[in-house]
Amino acid sequence: MSWMNKHVFFEKNSLALMIGIVVVVLIGGIIEVIPLFRQETVIEPVQGMRAYTPLELVGYNIYVREGCYNCHSQHIRPLRDEVTRYGHYSLAAESMYDHPFQWGSKRTGPDLSRVGGKYSDEWHKAHMIEPRDVVPESIMPSYEFMMNEGVSYHKIAKHLKALRLVGVPYTDDMVKNAVKDLKAQAVGSERADTSGLEKRYGENVNARDFDGQPNMVSEMDAMIAYLQVLGTMVDFETLPKAEDK
Amino acid sequence: MTSKEPVTYNDDIVKFFTIATCFWGVVGMLVGVFIALQMVFPDLNIEPYLSFGRLRPLHTSAVIFAFGGNALFATSYYIVQRTCAVRLWNDSLSFFTFWGYQLFILMAALGYLLGVTQGKEYAEPEWYADLWLTIVWVSYLVVFFMTIVKRKEPHLYVANWFFLSFILTTAVLHIGNNLVIPIELMNTKSYSVPGGVQSAMIQWWYGHNAVGFFLTTGFLGMMYYFIPKRAERPVYSYRLSIVHFWSLIFIYIWAGPHHLHYTALPEWAQTLGMTFSIMLWMPSWGGMINGMMTLSGAWDKLRKDPVLQFMIVALAFYGMCTFEGPLLSIRSVNALSHYTDWTIGHVHSGALGWNGFITFGCLYYLVPKLWGHKEVYSLKLVRMHLWVGTLGIVLYIAAMWVSGIMQGLMWRSYDDMGFLNYSFVETVMAMKPFYAIRALGGVLFLAGALIMCYNFYRTVRGDVAPNEVDKEGNPRQAVNVSAQRKAVVS
Repeated sequence: MSWMNKHVFFEKNSLALMIGIVVVVLIGGIIEVIPLFRQETVIEPVQGMRAYTPLELVGYNIYVREGCYNCHSQHIRPLRDEVTRYGHYSLAAESMYDHPFQWGSKRTGPDLSRVGGKYSDEWHKAHMIEPRDVVPESIMPSYEFMMNEGVSYHKIAKHLKALRLVGVPYTDDMVKNAVKDLKAQAVGSERADTSGLEKRYGENVNARDFDGQPNMVSEMDAMIAYLQVLGTMVDFETLPKAEDK
Repeated sequence: MTSKEPVTYNDDIVKFFTIATCFWGVVGMLVGVFIALQMVFPDLNIEPYLSFGRLRPLHTSAVIFAFGGNALFATSYYIVQRTCAVRLWNDSLSFFTFWGYQLFILMAALGYLLGVTQGKEYAEPEWYADLWLTIVWVSYLVVFFMTIVKRKEPHLYVANWFFLSFILTTAVLHIGNNLVIPIELMNTKSYSVPGGVQSAMIQWWYGHNAVGFFLTTGFLGMMYYFIPKRAERPVYSYRLSIVHFWSLIFIYIWAGPHHLHYTALPEWAQTLGMTFSIMLWMPSWGGMINGMMTLSGAWDKLRKDPVLQFMIVALAFYGMCTFEGPLLSIRSVNALSHYTDWTIGHVHSGALGWNGFITFGCLYYLVPKLWGHKEVYSLKLVRMHLWVGTLGIVLYIAAMWVSGIMQGLMWRSYDDMGFLNYSFVETVMAMKPFYAIRALGGVLFLAGALIMCYNFYRTVRGDVAPNEVDKEGNPRQAVNVSAQRKAVVS
């Protein structure tokens, strides 16, 4: 066949083969990826989404560091059982400030995208220290060391700045007060001034001593602060119903 | 210069990569067995360094990039020299790719244990390790490409097309998925440039094509050389190899979004991903058919030669896995299978059955050749490895199929009143026996790999086991080097 003879060209010219391969493999990726950067077609705007507070961001980073995404998803699909079990299906906007996303691919444990507010801080603390004390059949590792590990927050402003570079709307004010906000959130309004934190991140911010150790900002504080905000930011009352569209 | 002048191949570099393949294979499988046991006995989690969340990336990276990667280096360097009839270009740069790649593996592995990770599956190494890998990978491309350029054969053999597409595309994927901003120069932590939906799409464009180009086209390159060599038959169809090569690499790249069905990724992208995943079935089977049919006219060899059996069983698993993949990419099937252990079972039928077995088969061919012997120490041990390994895979994937489908069905099970039948933890409890069976399967597969390592150790020493026959069935003379040495000394 004639086209077979033409293929000899690629077999005899290695540079042509190389260019041919690159062109062929780039097509699919370009068509699927590039349009997604026209955000307005991909992410519907919603009320209530905000960037993580510094303490929640530390929690997010611990979540990534410990590889929680290997067993927990953070994405509820619009299927009947998932909505019954976990709540409203996940919206694109809800993970827009996660760099990278933590949707996961496996549910060895349950989905966590709406775990915020479902359990008490005490429950989370006991569960993280020894999961089987709370859920006897659980196979989750224990994370007791988070109680004793202090959060190293002296570089937190740099984290905010890096995230601002990639598009998370942290203001100068937020960057400047990052350490202050982090401490205030982990202590709570009874023992610290949280007005600045609330001004910057909204009145709904959870500010309290999450782990019951008032004298230190532990990784447990950060982890629980992160878990407690998951899935709680969007105001679903203001969301247009599917049938209204 | 006359073409009669004998070429001295650089086989030292191939030996280095071969030893590294065996070493990292055992390490990666051992970690796999350990984390499989952690799912049965959670007390085996030794926090913080040896918890499941940190060890699972270590397992996946060790088997894909350390075991698979070193196997690809070894075989591509071996094959490109022979099919181009020249010595590998630049000894120093090729040895740099060896030490540089091992250093990357160590950097990545150490990072995982210490909690340094980007948090993207199969792309966990942080920015400094990624930069290093980029340098090593470009060196690999230069070594491979320059060898091709300097070739004495006018035509470029099909295995090299596959290797070239594997090296090039891996570079594109690696760079594309690792665009990050470090928080400062002397800090391991970085944030990825895309976030949310975009990072999900790019991650699975990468993730699925790590499977497509690292674990498929690269390994097909191995298959296209070693099966014809071992069977002493030409490749079945030249035309099929052209058609399935170009269609495979064109279609694979689109398949990523099937990892994101029913998510916030726009539906058009999901549908494209699904459509191309289904189309992928055909070029995948094109490779399987071309490999298997290479034996046409020589099927009797398959009966006698366990090395060839390894390669053909690998192709059978490849065919099965590339049928299951398109099936799982259909949205309504994916609604059940996603997030469950069915995916894990699917991946392991490919990883253990296809990548593992084709590598073992190639190594059984390669090791005696490299160390100057006619055949491995014992073909009986090869046969034993084949059966122990196959039994391990069957236990593994059957357990994960059953448990994965069961888990998916339990999640969506309702009672008459319209309430969910099972709490989440009830599904966890139901998984337990299957996790135990899976761990047993893993132990068997690891045992097979250890049998292989012992076989290679004796092969390199120059031993031949008693009562052995060669691949044609002719008796071989037993040799025991250390016994002979002892006899000389006494």
